[in-house]
Amino acid sequence: MNKIKSLNDLRKIKQDVEQKMDLREKSDNPDRYVQIKVAMATCGIAAGAREVMNTLIEKIAQDKIDAVVTQTGCMGYCHAEPTVEVRKPGAEPVVFGHVDREKALAIIDKYIKTGELLEGIIPVNYQTA
Amino acid sequence: MAQYKMHLLVCGGTGCRSSESDLIIENLQHSLREKGLENDAQVIKTGCFGFCEQGPIVKVLPDNTFYTGVKPADAAEIVAEHVLKGRKVERLLYKDPEKQMAVSDSKHMGFYRKQIRIALRNCGFIDPENIDEYIARDGYAALAKVLEEMSPEQAIDVIKQSGLRGRGGGGFPTGLKWEIAGKNKADQKYVVCNADEGDPGAFMDRSILEGDPHSIIEAMSICGYCIGATKGLVYIRAEYPLAIKRLQIAIEQARNYGLLGENILGSKHSFDIELRYGAGAFVCGEETALIHSMEGKRGEPTVKPPFPAESGYLEKPTNVNNVETLANIPAIYLRGHEWFASIGTAKSKGTKVFALAGKINNVGLIEVPMGITLREVIFEIGGGIKDGKKFKAVQTGGPSGGCLTEKHLDTPIDFDNLLAVGSMMGSGGMIVMDEDDCMVAVAKFYLEFTVEESCGKCAPCRIGNKRLHELLDKITLGKGTEEDIEQLRNLSVVIKDTALCGLGQTSPNPVLSTLDNFADEYLAHVRDQHCPAGQCKALRQYLILADKCVGCTACTKVCPTGAIAGEKRQAHLIDQAKCIRCGACIEKCKFSAIIIPSTKI
Ligand SMILES: Cc1cc2nc3c(=O)[nH]c(=O)nc-3n(C[C@H](O)[C@H](O)[C@H](O)COP(=O)(O)O)c2cc1C
Ligand code: SF4
Repeated sequence: MNKIKSLNDLRKIKQDVEQKMDLREKSDNPDRYVQIKVAMATCGIAAGAREVMNTLIEKIAQDKIDAVVTQTGCMGYCHAEPTVEVRKPGAEPVVFGHVDREKALAIIDKYIKTGELLEGIIPVNYQTA
Repeated sequence: MAQYKMHLLVCGGTGCRSSESDLIIENLQHSLREKGLENDAQVIKTGCFGFCEQGPIVKVLPDNTFYTGVKPADAAEIVAEHVLKGRKVERLLYKDPEKQMAVSDSKHMGFYRKQIRIALRNCGFIDPENIDEYIARDGYAALAKVLEEMSPEQAIDVIKQSGLRGRGGGGFPTGLKWEIAGKNKADQKYVVCNADEGDPGAFMDRSILEGDPHSIIEAMSICGYCIGATKGLVYIRAEYPLAIKRLQIAIEQARNYGLLGENILGSKHSFDIELRYGAGAFVCGEETALIHSMEGKRGEPTVKPPFPAESGYLEKPTNVNNVETLANIPAIYLRGHEWFASIGTAKSKGTKVFALAGKINNVGLIEVPMGITLREVIFEIGGGIKDGKKFKAVQTGGPSGGCLTEKHLDTPIDFDNLLAVGSMMGSGGMIVMDEDDCMVAVAKFYLEFTVEESCGKCAPCRIGNKRLHELLDKITLGKGTEEDIEQLRNLSVVIKDTALCGLGQTSPNPVLSTLDNFADEYLAHVRDQHCPAGQCKALRQYLILADKCVGCTACTKVCPTGAIAGEKRQAHLIDQAKCIRCGACIEKCKFSAIIIPSTKI
């Protein structure tokens, strides 16, 4: 094992492990991050929610976006699965329906990064906890 | 590296481990593999979450789901439902005791809402056996900052300005202690971490060592730099095998990284740590006794001065600090003394960790800002008194402290306020009592402990405490007199004034504080031979309520002395002279017709 000789060495280790710890840090202060919820009930999974979730997680890590991705149970929009709910800090949640890989990337590039709305927003019929 | 979507944090502290948290971890991993989810969710063994009442705890991130009372057999369901389908396992969710509602997100639990975690910042968050996770939380960055940017004097000044006071009981200003040890010249000095933790019911220090051992190593090394010591010793009780193991692993990892050893982080500072094991005597937590014990001598205190800072281990200047005190140190350097000093009261800064125990809904480990009231701790964080009973008293400071009552509930908790009302901060034990607890019996319990733990070196403590205990015993048997109560008070004052060490100087506190706050209860014992709480067995009375008794004769049949008379379908009666107070009747009665009255019959 290499010896740690300076603050910079410590920072390097920190960076290496940070990604692994990221999820825990963000969960500790959920209100400060963009929260993305993917409906992963049977209907969602059947419609491809797992792939959507993986795409979102990879993209967020890649672009270093301050967001956490959580899976939830059925949100009640079974007609539009897979659905993804995005809540930016201080904003009302927005739910996107019929999300596939491409749309998942667009949600991040457009809605999360620039605030631009996309097609396929479902009127929110209740608040999730 | 796999990018996990979920982290399953499982408490690996002593409490939860004794309820099979290791097996829960194994089963979770097994179920994840079975479902092909081993790259989706990672299982991490952490230190204590503090919510020990309902352990073992499994916390699922990122949604902060808080599962309580988890059994190894529940692992499969957590994986199949929560990890795979995103459906929380309702039956394992924490339930709010008042609202009887499942709380799915630990951020919404009353238990955590008022807590501020500084000393416990990493407990229940990182894997304590992995130094990299500590480093990812800015571990060892405080040490690096001190070594690169500060002289020892400057570094000591930061601690002085933070207002940090010792958490081992005495509350001595930590910066000042470091300054004194720093000024005493010697060829070798020592940094000692006091991990003896002998208060009955206390487990703050154990949880820190089990959950975040590196924070102690880092703080000791900083202290070494400040006072000019290259050697550190941790005095830890042998009854803490898990804490010892985690410390050993942490020390080994720090050595491998060069964070312990010669020329740390490229500086001139060298520091290493050894463990010393105590046999679990309460008095060995007293710093002079602790030092003698480490030297291989009898664990007996000696008169101060000389203080350890002048002449301690092997007669060299030695700085002794408590585990929790040390755990605060890295955070103070990282976030600044102004930040630390902004938390708390005028003379007590920062937070204090308490082990909440007794008749309270949420037994566990909490960290709260100084200045919080006892009411907030007991009723908000602690969730109130168990089984809807009435609050009676709260004991702080362990065998050195006192019992506080209803009228103290709004006292802000800090070192000086607790002393002013006749108790003390102590190391952080907090035991809550309800209407069924007899205060004379409580005082007797603590004296039993002191008599057992007195080292016997000085007469006031060795003989005086024994006499106090005898008097209390006499009173609980209903044989005491009003003169005995006077005697209790006088003797207590003499012991406090004349005992050699802190043990004897504080041991009468439980007696004095109960005498002050519960005088009526003592008087009831000696005047009426009655125990209002119904706890002292010799004084207990059983009464059959005529309007509730249906005359089923069940109690007459179980009474071993034939003390209950009564015809079928007529109210029965207990002959108090024949009753031996075994309680068999009260257990047998299906109609709640038998009670222990709070006033004498
Ligand atoms: C009888 C007795 C028992 C003590 N037990 C402990 C203990 O278990 N842990 C501890 O840190 N301090 C204990 N102390 C206090 C120590 O003597 C000492 O003040 C403390 O370790 C200093 O560290 P601090 O300034 O960081 O609190 C005890 C004191 C007395 C009189
Ligand atoms: S006060 Fe008690 S424990 Fe302390 S030296 Fe005297 S006998 Fe020993």
